[in-house]
Order: sequence, then structure tokens, then C-alpha cells
Amino acid sequence: MPAVSKGDGMRGLAVFISDIRNCKSKEAEIKRINKELANIRSKFKGDKALDGYSKKKYVCKLLFIFLLGHDIDFGHMEAVNLLSSNKYTEKQIGYLFISVLVNSNSELIRLINNAIKNDLSSRNPTFMCLALHCIANVGSREMAEAFAGEIPRILVAGDTMDSVKQSAALCLLRLYKTSPDLVLMGEWTSRVVHLLNDQHMGVVTAAISLITCLSQKNPDEFKTCVSLAVSRLSRIVSSASTDLQDYTYYFVPAPWLSCKLLRLLQCYPPPEDGAVKGRLVECLETILNKAQEPPKSKKVQHSNAKNAILFEAIALIIHYDSEPNLLVRACNQLGQFLQHRETNLRYLALESMCTLASSEFSHEAVKTHIETVINALKTERDVSVRQRAADLLYAMCDRSNAKQIVAEMLSYLETADYSIREEMVLKVAILAEKYAVDYSWYVDTILNLIRIAGDYVSEEVWYRVIQIVINRDDVQGYAAKTVFEALQAPACHENMVKVGGYILGEFGNLIAGDPRSSPLVQFNLLHSKFHLCSVPTRALLLSAYIKFINLFPETKSTIQEVLRCDSQIRNSDVELQQRAVEYLKLSSIASTDVLATVLEEMPPFPERESSILAKLKKKKGPGAVSAGELEEGKREGGEVNGWEVNQQKSEPSQENASSLTTSPSPTPTAMHLSLTSFFFPSSLSQSTPSPSADLLGLRSAAPVSAAPVSAGSLLVDVFSEAGPAASTAGVNDDGFLRFVCKNNGVLFENQLLQIGIKSEYRQNLGRMYLFYGNKTSVQFVSFSTTLKPVDPLVEGGAQVQQVINIECLSDFSDAPLLNIKFRYGGALQNLSLKLPVTINKFFQPTEMSSHDFFQRWKQLSQPQQEAQKIFKANHPMDTEVLKAKLLGLGTALLDNVDPNPENFVCAGVIQTKAQQIGCLLRLEPNAQAQMYRLTLRSSKDTVAKRLCELLSEQF
Amino acid sequence: MIKAILIFNNHGKPRLIRFYQYFAEDLQQQIIRETFHLVSKRDDNVCNFLEGGSLIGGSDYKLIYRHYATLYFVFCVDSSESELGILDLIQVNIIQTHVFVETLDKCFENVCELDLIFHMDKVHYILQEVVMGGMVLETNMNEIVGQVELQNRMEKSEGGLSAAPARAVSAVKNMNLPEIPRNINIGDINIKVPSLSPF
Repeated sequence: MPAVSKGDGMRGLAVFISDIRNCKSKEAEIKRINKELANIRSKFKGDKALDGYSKKKYVCKLLFIFLLGHDIDFGHMEAVNLLSSNKYTEKQIGYLFISVLVNSNSELIRLINNAIKNDLSSRNPTFMCLALHCIANVGSREMAEAFAGEIPRILVAGDTMDSVKQSAALCLLRLYKTSPDLVLMGEWTSRVVHLLNDQHMGVVTAAISLITCLSQKNPDEFKTCVSLAVSRLSRIVSSASTDLQDYTYYFVPAPWLSCKLLRLLQCYPPPEDGAVKGRLVECLETILNKAQEPPKSKKVQHSNAKNAILFEAIALIIHYDSEPNLLVRACNQLGQFLQHRETNLRYLALESMCTLASSEFSHEAVKTHIETVINALKTERDVSVRQRAADLLYAMCDRSNAKQIVAEMLSYLETADYSIREEMVLKVAILAEKYAVDYSWYVDTILNLIRIAGDYVSEEVWYRVIQIVINRDDVQGYAAKTVFEALQAPACHENMVKVGGYILGEFGNLIAGDPRSSPLVQFNLLHSKFHLCSVPTRALLLSAYIKFINLFPETKSTIQEVLRCDSQIRNSDVELQQRAVEYLKLSSIASTDVLATVLEEMPPFPERESSILAKLKKKKGPGAVSAGELEEGKREGGEVNGWEVNQQKSEPSQENASSLTTSPSPTPTAMHLSLTSFFFPSSLSQSTPSPSADLLGLRSAAPVSAAPVSAGSLLVDVFSEAGPAASTAGVNDDGFLRFVCKNNGVLFENQLLQIGIKSEYRQNLGRMYLFYGNKTSVQFVSFSTTLKPVDPLVEGGAQVQQVINIECLSDFSDAPLLNIKFRYGGALQNLSLKLPVTINKFFQPTEMSSHDFFQRWKQLSQPQQEAQKIFKANHPMDTEVLKAKLLGLGTALLDNVDPNPENFVCAGVIQTKAQQIGCLLRLEPNAQAQMYRLTLRSSKDTVAKRLCELLSEQF
Repeated sequence: MIKAILIFNNHGKPRLIRFYQYFAEDLQQQIIRETFHLVSKRDDNVCNFLEGGSLIGGSDYKLIYRHYATLYFVFCVDSSESELGILDLIQVNIIQTHVFVETLDKCFENVCELDLIFHMDKVHYILQEVVMGGMVLETNMNEIVGQVELQNRMEKSEGGLSAAPARAVSAVKNMNLPEIPRNINIGDINIKVPSLSPF
């Protein structure tokens, strides 16, 4: 027991810890812990009042037990009692226990708040700091309610000690993050901004975190911080290493604060004031210059501190993206780091260069480092660094180097770490598609991809290759040949079988002339894989077989034989059985003409955003990819090298469909779907668009059918009508659903147009501002919307605004539709969107006590008044996020109502002109299963149902 | 924002955990395990940053860590923090301060696992002077050490009277143990009012 004897007095604690450490087994440890827990519990329950010291000791033991991963379900009360002790050490341990162990839903919060209130008004700076720490660490809503008014006052008061100011700033930040509605900065704004000028650097350090967060949310109100931040930065950057004394770290003046200042500036565009901008550019140049100076110390801390500032400066330069000179210097600097012996610097350089690659000024400069980056991908020992290298290769890829980069990534994929394979596959697939000049290269690449990393090829990737092959007739023969060859391999990935089945089913005739790939050979090859495949693949193969019967009548008897055998026609899987039965019947009763019509080649897929790109975005999160992808959009529009754009030029009939960007999900099973829906409308009604869905969609589909449809066959008509109709609901819901819990944001965006929305609601009235932004450099003509007349000309880069007033007459489920038409470069663009007006926008929050709540809950007990849904969490289950969403819904979030603190309970009244509809809501998260149960009760059954539908998509 | 600070040893035993965002207890333990799993399989001379696990925050989330002797110091941060800045923070403020404070007490010569275990509360207090609610409060080492020293002084001035009876009791209880607390100074009733001037 080395440290025990010299400890600070809590001998019992030290003995206990030593005991635990000496336990030979997990069981012994648990036994010892349980013994201790029982002991503490009896002590706490016992009649004898414990003195402060013993309480402190026991609380410490509980903390230690908690650290070992055991739940602590008592002791909270004793910890709260310690808070009101006037001994510093007892108070301190009490606060520590609460910060670590009390969650924001605890019932004790009221007691804790009382103790905090006392300490805040004690004028003892140490006690005040302890209390502020506790608020910042727990940060619950009750605490925000109790202290959000008080803390700004402490922060800006002239007589507050510096250390208290620091704590107050961060405390306020925490409260702002958890309950932004309660922290009203208004009158404090300018005084808070001026903390940037504070003499005490510690105060500035703390305040700048607060200001950065506030600026991100309310950029306009905090605009003045830009010039203050620039002058502060300039003073630090130009100071000698001795000026700032304690804040100089290994010869670098105030590195942490410099980083934070540079981060703050990244919330704003470049300063408009010339003098401020000049000063800032000077700072950035100084920072870049300093990087070239010989180091003042050999210690790694010196270079870390210096480079931390440098990387932030580069991030700011990239953010501004307006100073070509600085951008190129930044790129050169990062180029040096790419070969640095410090792994950390190589990692960060690769990361920053990724964002630099998307700037048009530095894209070329970044490309010069391609060999180094490829080398990094091959030789780096660290998977994190290799991952960054792969990201950078992806970002720097363009027409000129696509083949090289794709080849390198493919060859790396063979040895790549499992953790990054799926992402690599997506990236290769996207690059291959985007920069394909000749589509045989594209097909080769994707088939290689499936061969090398079949397990990691997601559905989207192989859907996409099929979409492209279907739409490009110049590559179909090649694709059929290649896929036929690939299927010859004895062990072939299932994804390859899927692609093979689909392509041979559609285009097998293109290679049937060669006796080595005659129809029967093709069929036997496919069928040899059949028994090794999963059900969905088998279903797809069956569809390929029926297509074969149409393509090659000579295979009919063989295939019918296969369909007729018991393992198909009596398959225990309903889907397979049904297909076998239906196809068999179809092939025997239908005449060749009917067969040819039904099984005609698939019509081209409407162009749309690549499904793989969407998948990558989803995988990386919106923040991670957006910068790069946006840029891709820009470049593509400009250079007309992208596949989408080519398509628009060469096939005018596609344009309407492409402007909709709301096309059917082109899964290859649609092949099956299209023909069964035509021939057996009732048999598969659950998977085909139902007639009612069609009716609903017709309104939005009308402009599509009005446009000339090139293909004339009956089947295509059925398909093209059902397709967009089903999808307008599908795809647009995406943007629409994002607005259920918020009122402002971007509703829709494609390469041409962005539609932003701002809205506000009061009782049963609302007002909505719509902003239509032309993202191209060409003017839109004949611009019109169904809402209100607007100026028919929208200049390139310009924005048009529309205001509409909304009144809710009675409850409703369907959102109003917005139809937009305009001409871009001669082509008519047509767009249907749901306006994000949902019934919950007319909520009035209602506060009520637990008693009232349950009384009303019971009153609404008829089965039709309740709607319930159990669903899987789509987002991380963060309590604070959940709260924010529920508040965004418009209801009041009621605390202390549900006996289980994990659950959320809300109440509100929907105001319509006709009536008021009360609603009660209960959301029960289950963190372990990552599931939610949502229950809604409302005086009106349709409202409960609708709200349940809307909300179940939100979490 | 710093979402969590985790310190565990080479075997994954947690030595200090501090979450600045609420996670249920069992999820906290899962995060610790996941983080240990991610960090421990890495060589010592690779880079100090890695993409975080899936549990805390998805893509906008990094682990920045250092490995000293038997301990891993891991900061789980989102993208608003400077990687190198945090790395220095671990270096200076957590480790050196600790060493510094403890050498003042003439207890230890070097930061080691045992210090963390037996002075868990102390480590928490030091940390509180550096990070608050997930944001960095102070980076100046002298300032931090000053605060910690002030705390120690207050503790000493209180310790004399209140702790004495309890110590005496525990000393009697533990008679069979070889080591008995040495400084039982019951006579010291000189309780100092915490001096406020050093602020």
C-alpha cells in the first residue's frame, strides 16, 4: 500500500480501494463491493447522525464504486446534505458527487438548486465557482429556469472576481446549449462581446467559447465581435514570446486562445471593413511566416502549439476562400507537412487539404501532391492516416486523374482495413460514375469492385450500375459480355449474381450470337448459382428467367421445367412460390405479342441524384461531406462533364423526369413490380402502388403526363404514371419531414434551385416566407408557382421571395402542395413539393401538473383516441436533442409527471378556426434496444393518428 | 466541445471518467469499453487522433489520446476543438499539473496509476479547474496550480479539527494494521478563515 500512509486522512477509503485492488477475481471484487454498499447503506439509514467527515468518506467510496462500473442508486440525499455544509471540503465532494452522478431528470434538482442559490449569493468566490461548476455540469432545464437570469449578471458585473467570471461564462454557455429559449442575451449582448477585450486572458479564454456558440446561432447580433477578435488576435500574434508571460506556452504566445479566436472568425464571412480585413490578412501572413522560421525549441510541445494555430489559420483561409495568394501558400505549407516525420501532422495535413481541394483557387495546387498521397495510402502504418489519404484522393479527383486514382483505390481495397472498406467502395463507385468518359471502364470498375469487396458493396452500388447500363445503350453489350465472363468464376459474390441476372435478363440477347454464350449456356450459368443464393436474389433470378423466355423462345421449355419443379412452385417462401406460379402461367397462356409487351426491356430510369452519393452523405453525416459535395455540384454544372448533364443534353425527353428529382426508387425488383402490377393488379397489391396512392399522386404527376412521353407502350405508361406519383410523396417527404419540429431551413435543393423557408405561427394563423434561389448563372424564365404570382424572371444567382398567410380552419392530414415551373436553358422544369405545414404548427403549449395530466389522460381512454407506435431510433438518443425536438413540436414539455424520469410527457392544444383539440403525448425511449414507444391521445382521433405518423419519423 | 474525458489503464480499467453530456450509466460503460477497444489496439508511435466510435456522436466526433506508461488519457471531442490544442491540454494541464501539485505535497515523484486511484477526488478537482461543462476554462498552468493550492490550503485548515476524532476512531479500529495515520493533532484548533487575497 504505497500511498496510503501519506494520504490525506480518509483511511477507510484507502483501505477499501486497496482491498478491491487485491481481489483476485471479478467475483471477489463484486462481493467486496456489495459488502461495502451494504455497510454504507446501513450507515446512511442508521439512527446515528453521521458527521461530515464520515459522509464525505462514504460518498467518496460510492464514487469509486461507480467508477468501477456499478450502478449507484442511493447516497444522493447525503451528497445533497453535504452541499449545505459550510466546510469547503465537504461541499466540494458533495458537488463532485452530484456532477458525476445526478442526471438532469433527478427529483433532487430542487434541493440542489436551493444549495446552489445559497452559494451563488454567498459572495465567497470559491463557493460561487463550485456552484457554477455544478450548474455547468448538470445543466438541466430546471437549473436553467432557476439561474438563467442570474448568471449573465454575475458574468458582466464589475466587481466579480476573474475566476468567477470564467466559470460564469462557461456556465451560461452550457445553459444556452440545453435551453436556448431561457437564456435571453438581448441586453447583455454588447457587454458579453466586450469580454474579448478583458485584461485577464483566462476570462477571454472562457468568454470566447460562449461568444462562438452565441454567434453561430445569432450571427447578426454578435457581428461586432469580428473586429474585436481581429484586434485581439493581432495583438497576440505580434507579441513577443515573453509579453504574455503565463499564457506563453513553449515560446508560443497564447496558443489556445489564438485557436479559439480563429475559430470564432470562421463563423463569419471575411470582414467588410477594409482596415479590419487588412489587419487580419496581416495576422494570417504572420502565422504562415512563422511556420517557416526555425523552431525556438526542439520540444514537441512547441511545434504542437505553433501548428495548432497554423492549422486553424489555414482553416480560416479555406473558409474565406477569397484570397488566392493565401490559399496557395496554405497548400504549400500543408504539402510540406504531408512528408513530415510527425504522424499527427501528416494526419492533420491530409485532413485540411481535403477541404482545400474543393476551392477552385487551390484545386490545381492540391493535385500536384497526388503521388505523395497515393504513397501515404500504400505505406502509412496507421489506419487513421490511410483513411484521411483515401478521403483526400476522393476530394482531389477530377477528369484528369480519375483513372489513376480509381485504380489506386481499387488496388488498396484488396488490403484495406475492414473498418473503412464500405466507405471506400462507395467512393470508388461514385468516382467511377462521375468521371466515366467511356462507360465500359465504368462497368469494369464496378464489377471489379464487386469481385474484390463484394461483401461491402451495398445495395445502392449495384442498383446504380444497373440504372446506368439500362440508360446507356452503347454499353449494354459490353456489360452483358463482361458480366457473363465474371459469372464464370467458380466462387462468385452474390451481388455479382444479382447484377448478372438483371443484365443478362435484359440484354442477354446482345451476346447470344456467340455460341460460347448461347441462350442456354447463359441460362445454365445463372441457374448454377441459383441454389447458393438468398431469397431476394432467387426472386430476382426468377424474373430474369421469365425475361429469358421472351428473349429466347428456345429456352422456354427448359425454363418452364425449372419453374414447374416442386422446389419452385411449392417453395415455402411465399414470394418465390408466387413468382414461380405466376411466371409459369404467364409463359404458357400469354401469346408472344403479349409476352413481348409485358416483358419488354425496362424503360430508362429517370435521372436523379446518385443513390450512392446520398448513401455516402448519410454515412458521413451532413457536415462531413457537404463542403466537398457542394463544390462537386458547382463544377459539374459548370464544365458539363457530369453524366447527369450529358443525359439532359442528349435526351430531351428525359428532362422533365430529371427536373423532378423525385423518381421512383429504381430497384431492380421494379422489373418484377412493373409487370405484375400490370397483369395481376390485385395479387401483389401491398408492394405495388395502390390505386388510391395513384389518385393522390395524380395531381403532382399531371405535369409529367402532360409532357410528351417518348415510349408509347402500355406498360411504360402504367409505369411512368405510377412511378413519379408514388415518389412525389416519397422523396419530398424527406425535406418536408425535417420541418415538423422546426420552422426555418432549406426545403429543397438541387443543382438549379434552392428553396428556403422561414415561418412563424400564432394560434391558428401562420405566415410563411419562401425564398427561391437560382443557383446557376443563367436566368430562369417563365418562373411561376401555384401559390401566388411572382416575377417570371429570376436572374442567375438571384433570390425571389414570396410571403403567404396561412389559416388553419380545421384539422388536416395532407400538406398543401406547391408546384413550381420555370424554364432553364430552354428546358421546362417542373417541381412539386409538399409545403411543410403540419397540424402541430398550431399547437399552444399547455402546462399542467402531474395530477391534471393523468386525469386528462384517463379521460381520453377510448381506443380510437389513442395512437401508438413503436419504432427504432434513427438518431442517437440524446436527451437534450429529444427535448429540443419536442419543444420544437410546439407542445409544453412537462417535467415531474412521468414516474420514470427517462420518459417525456408533453401537452398542448391545437388551435383551428373550427375548434380546439387537446393532445397529450408520451415518449418512452429504451436506450438499450434503441427503440421508442410513442403514445398520443387526443380528443380527435385523426389528429392523434397524424401526429403519431409525423413524429415517428423524427427521432 | 469535450464530450467526455476518460482515463483508463492498459487493461481497460477506468481510472477517471467524466462525461460532459448526459449518458445513462450503462451507456457510459459501453463507451468506455468501446473507446478502450479502439485505442488499445493501436501502436504507440501512430498518430494521436482517430475517428470516434459509434456511441457518442457519430461522424462529428474524434478521440484524441495520449498513452503514458500504464495509462491512456482520452478526450472525446467534437469537431469544434483544435486537435493539437487538446493534445497539449492533456500534456500540460492534466499531467504536469498533477505532477506539480503532488510534488509540492512531496508525496509522489511521477504521475502514476496509483495516484489516480487513491486520489480520485483530487484528480477530479484539478480537472475541474481546466474543463468545465465540456469547455476549456483555463489553460494557464500557474493559474490552475494556484487554484489547486488554494483548495489544498483550505482543506488543511479545515482538516485539523473535524477530521481528528474520526481519525482517532479509525486508528483504534485499525490497530492491527501496521500503519496508523501519523498526524493526529487534536490540539490544532487554529481554523484559518480561507484567505481570499490570492485571487
